[in-house]
Amino acid sequence: MSDLNKLTIAEARDGLRKKKFSATELTQAFLDAIKAGNSELNAYVLPTPELALAQAKESDKRLKSGDARPLEGLPLGNKDLFCTQDVRTTACSKILDDFKPAYESTIGTNLWNAGAVMLGKLNCDEFAMGSSNETSAFGPVVSPWRRLGQDGKRTTDKLVPGGSSGGSSAAVAAGLCLAATATDTGGSIRQPAALTGTVGLKPTYGRCSRWGIVAFASSLDQAGPLAKTVRDAAIMLGAMASHDPKDTTSVDAPVPDYEGALGEGIKGLRIGVPKEYRVEGMSPEIEKLWQEGIAWLKAAGATIREISLPHTKYALPAYYIVAPAEASSNLARYDGVRYGLRVPGKDVIETYENTRAAGFGREVRRRVLIGTYVLSAGYYDAYYLKAQKVRTLIKRDFDDAWNTVDAVLTPTTPTPAFALGEKLGDPIAMYLEDIFTVTVNMAGLPGISVPAGLSSEGTPLGLQLIGKPFDEATLFRAAQAIEDAAGRFVVPDRWWEAGGESPAPEASKKSAPKKKPGGKRK
Amino acid sequence: MQVDEATVRRIARLARIKITDAEAKGLEKELSGILEWVEQLNEVDTSAVEPMTRVVPIDLKKREDVVTDGDIADDIIKNAPMVEDHYFVVPKVVE
Repeated sequence: MSDLNKLTIAEARDGLRKKKFSATELTQAFLDAIKAGNSELNAYVLPTPELALAQAKESDKRLKSGDARPLEGLPLGNKDLFCTQDVRTTACSKILDDFKPAYESTIGTNLWNAGAVMLGKLNCDEFAMGSSNETSAFGPVVSPWRRLGQDGKRTTDKLVPGGSSGGSSAAVAAGLCLAATATDTGGSIRQPAALTGTVGLKPTYGRCSRWGIVAFASSLDQAGPLAKTVRDAAIMLGAMASHDPKDTTSVDAPVPDYEGALGEGIKGLRIGVPKEYRVEGMSPEIEKLWQEGIAWLKAAGATIREISLPHTKYALPAYYIVAPAEASSNLARYDGVRYGLRVPGKDVIETYENTRAAGFGREVRRRVLIGTYVLSAGYYDAYYLKAQKVRTLIKRDFDDAWNTVDAVLTPTTPTPAFALGEKLGDPIAMYLEDIFTVTVNMAGLPGISVPAGLSSEGTPLGLQLIGKPFDEATLFRAAQAIEDAAGRFVVPDRWWEAGGESPAPEASKKSAPKKKPGGKRK
Repeated sequence: MQVDEATVRRIARLARIKITDAEAKGLEKELSGILEWVEQLNEVDTSAVEPMTRVVPIDLKKREDVVTDGDIADDIIKNAPMVEDHYFVVPKVVE
């Protein structure tokens, strides 16, 4: 069995239960795939093979004795934004240095308690701030997808896998894990899913616990799954979601049977198509894809109606006030005192300043400064308060829409995957990547991206479905209808497998000399 | 909103991030660009709108005011750059 890493979660689960292969064999297949491909893709910043094999061994015991848990023996990747007990967690920033949490995130605990195996920590944009995975301290992730050239052959141009969950999307698309954890503050699950032909769901704010996830913008952050199929994403969310007393914003509501809902179909479902998402400069192939999606849902029994979400265009500028403001506050904790990097200065203030200058990358510094500015005395009302009022209007648009529709269909991104470096010099061009996804975070709603077609360049495109609060089940049903019609989009050429073996890269970190606990003062 | 170099330096000081002269110049342009772009929000009439405080209408949870955790000083200092016994060590703050 050499193709075990190409299985879906549903297939692997079936194979394990039927004893076609063991959890150890399955895990080893992924570890081999990581060893062979990670030097090209840079999807993992820290593979954890020993831990994975130990977990797989326990899974094999349980599979044998008949007390298998829901995700028994299924190997997953874990975004490096999730704290992992005694396993280095960096948020892909230099400032966390060799931070080894003393605790596991609640989502991680849920997954490992359900029997899943952790293959390692996945690359992402630094503190999840980015839309291309180019701001990581460990270097960019390369998408397994390649563009078609003029001659119809695949070029060797390096494309972005989207961001911030670019390690997650690349690893899932390339078969370096069955599925992965991810987080979404403005589109960081759905945009990478769209760019890599994978399925990504951002749950309703409060559906999954945020405890133990490195915070970016607390009123917008929400974790969710990235997977190969709609069914796999439904299986993942079922295990990730829970009520958590340690997160006061987590919701005390039962977790529905998402996988079970998939068979219900979408007959009679009312789908809204918002005219405001037909933005200037949107490529004709995105418009065509959208029309196809409408036709597929209609054919599956849904009714379509045009709706209006009048404040859509203000979501992105409002987001770029709210998110940096919350980030500047959340990131104040990185001061070189309690954990992470310290770069000494002549006094405590200069120590803070040196540490944060050396530890934060360019995009993070930019956002912390914007956030500090909009929260500073005299500007709070003009910026932060104004943005939060606009946010109320954005949510109200959706509340009105729910009177006439059950879900909303839009494109996920305005363009297909772009090349590394293409948008790095222009922050606003990069921010526009999230133009269709960010409204969902601003309104706290669930959204899913499902692969729907290929661009003229031969790279994936996604459609987004937006749902009512806590109605993820409907999103999975509608996404399944699209997947049934569009089929799956698998990378045609596994070029990265020719790369040979090499270890995971080290972050380009410069740590200040470190004293061990119990060390003496200078 | 145009941000000048003095403002960039004041903000960087508030954010406790050291910036070089060259960075201050670059940031002046970048921050001005972003702040000009977000100014389109002024087109929206929000005079009768309440600011968003929570996206999901749930009541703030309460619990008994009891100790639920503790005796983990070793864990807390485990990742610190410099410690002495169970204390974080920082440069002298008070003369």
